Amino acid sequence: MVIVANQLSKEYKIGQRKSGIVGGLQNIIHKEYKIVKALENISFEIGEGELVGYIGPNGAGKSTTIKILSGILTPDSGECKVLGKVPYKERINYVKDIGVVFGQRTQLWWDLPVIDSFELLKDIYKIPKGDYIKVKKELIEWLNLESFINTPVRQLSLGQKMRCELAASLLHSPQVLFLDEPTIGLDAISKLAVREFIKKLNKEKGVTVILTTHDMDDIETLCNRVMVIGKGQILLDGSLETLRNTVSKDRRMILETYEGTNGFSINGATLIEEEKNRLMIDFNPDIITPAELINILSTKYKIKDILIENTPIEEIIAKLYGELNI
Amino acid sequence: MKPFISIIKIRFNLMLQYRVAAFAGGVTQFFFGMVMIMVLYGFYNSSSGEIPIDYKVAVTYIWIGQAMLGMLPWNGDREIQDLIRTGNVTYELVRPMNLYNYWFARAFALRTAPTLLKSIPLFIVVLLLPKDYSMELPLNMLSFIGWIVTTFGALLISCTITNIINITTLYSISGDGIQRLLSSIVTLFSGMIVPLPLFPDKLKQILNYLPFSGLVDIPARFFTGEIPFYQLFKYFLFQCIWALIIYILGQWILNRKIKDLIVQGG
Repeated sequence: MVIVANQLSKEYKIGQRKSGIVGGLQNIIHKEYKIVKALENISFEIGEGELVGYIGPNGAGKSTTIKILSGILTPDSGECKVLGKVPYKERINYVKDIGVVFGQRTQLWWDLPVIDSFELLKDIYKIPKGDYIKVKKELIEWLNLESFINTPVRQLSLGQKMRCELAASLLHSPQVLFLDEPTIGLDAISKLAVREFIKKLNKEKGVTVILTTHDMDDIETLCNRVMVIGKGQILLDGSLETLRNTVSKDRRMILETYEGTNGFSINGATLIEEEKNRLMIDFNPDIITPAELINILSTKYKIKDILIENTPIEEIIAKLYGELNI
Repeated sequence: MKPFISIIKIRFNLMLQYRVAAFAGGVTQFFFGMVMIMVLYGFYNSSSGEIPIDYKVAVTYIWIGQAMLGMLPWNGDREIQDLIRTGNVTYELVRPMNLYNYWFARAFALRTAPTLLKSIPLFIVVLLLPKDYSMELPLNMLSFIGWIVTTFGALLISCTITNIINITTLYSISGDGIQRLLSSIVTLFSGMIVPLPLFPDKLKQILNYLPFSGLVDIPARFFTGEIPFYQLFKYFLFQCIWALIIYILGQWILNRKIKDLIVQGG
């Protein structure tokens, strides 16, 4: 196992401020704190070469986990080992083996060309010259950085910057990569490029990747395993398929007809939405098979077109968060 | 050592881009220096008692202080303070190096690059001023060497104090409080505003033993020949000991803080 987390817990003490002048004065004398349990006895294991999606609503503890695994935070209790090392105990020695990207932060030197940041990282990580040239060339090619590698970072678009951030985190060829919301704020094309790259990295180099995100397309295209965290606990751990089945086995049928329907009632199927002769129906295949459903519907209406798909993962997750009350 | 040299290089390179800021700073320092010298002029002309140092020595002392202002630890490293405020400091913690030394290297560049840009033109200008206001070159080469060596000592003290300011940002987030406090202490106790030899005797005895005297007073007194060259070892050792003490203190505070660090948000 590359990553082993055992009963990790972490609490934050958050200062509470009363509003107004009187409240402000009270704060000087007596400060109140609220304890927030960011993580409560979290355990999991991740094997070599896995690409794991780590999801949960805002404030669930995703980033806290990543920060503990990357040696930045020390947990209050529990233990974790990555590549056989305890991150927060031997931070300096450990971090040379991992790569980290925080989507909302930047590691590049704002006023300098991207390549200068790379050169600095080369020296910080003590990357041998030959390796550096080879890896840099490969990353520039894979991420298509050639055209703006000499541009100061502040003049790059968000998508270009994120691609550079990814490259910067990988110059020292880490075996494990932590990605904290790598696609946040990116446009569709940049997202695709980033996803494509992560996939390739995982497949061709065997890099173990943990990825947190709010974009379910990231999960759907990239991850064969998903961990769902909420209120500091891991609520679900398994493949995307398991996740789907746990929440709902429903599938979705989109039906176009020539005339309106005024609603219907069929056992095992629910009408979600009807708009301009276009019906969105969720059905449970255990109760009613698609063939049966089409059969019934075609006797009732004149059908123009039929499409059957999985319930969008976004809705599954929303439903899951709702059910778990997180 | 190589990573640290690279950091100094990249930062130096960056600072050299801020030429207008350096020019503006140089002009400010020129006027500050002029005002102080005018005050000194009035003071020397109206005083009948014995004054510890010559007027011309005091003027040169003032100019050295002004030229070296950028080297004084009167503020923290804006970039590091911003890293802490915004949480980008997380990236500093995933680098395989001692964070204190990393920041020390950055402080080194911060204290040298702008000072070089500002001090050389300032020196040229103030050497050419009318006699009552101009700086005087050292009498001999040895004074000059003494000045160079103790300026390096001053740089070491300056970087360690800069790092203390940076680290306090981890505690107070804004870091403004200690910065304002330190800027007053540093400019006053280093001799930048009033040359230390002109302070009252009792106070002088204390100030001479504080690290701040190593920032301006010692280099300036070597430059003007007030301290003879043969005392160089003693004074340089004094600077190094203070730098070491503040270095160890900074390392200790930072390592303690890293253990219970919390980075908020996202």
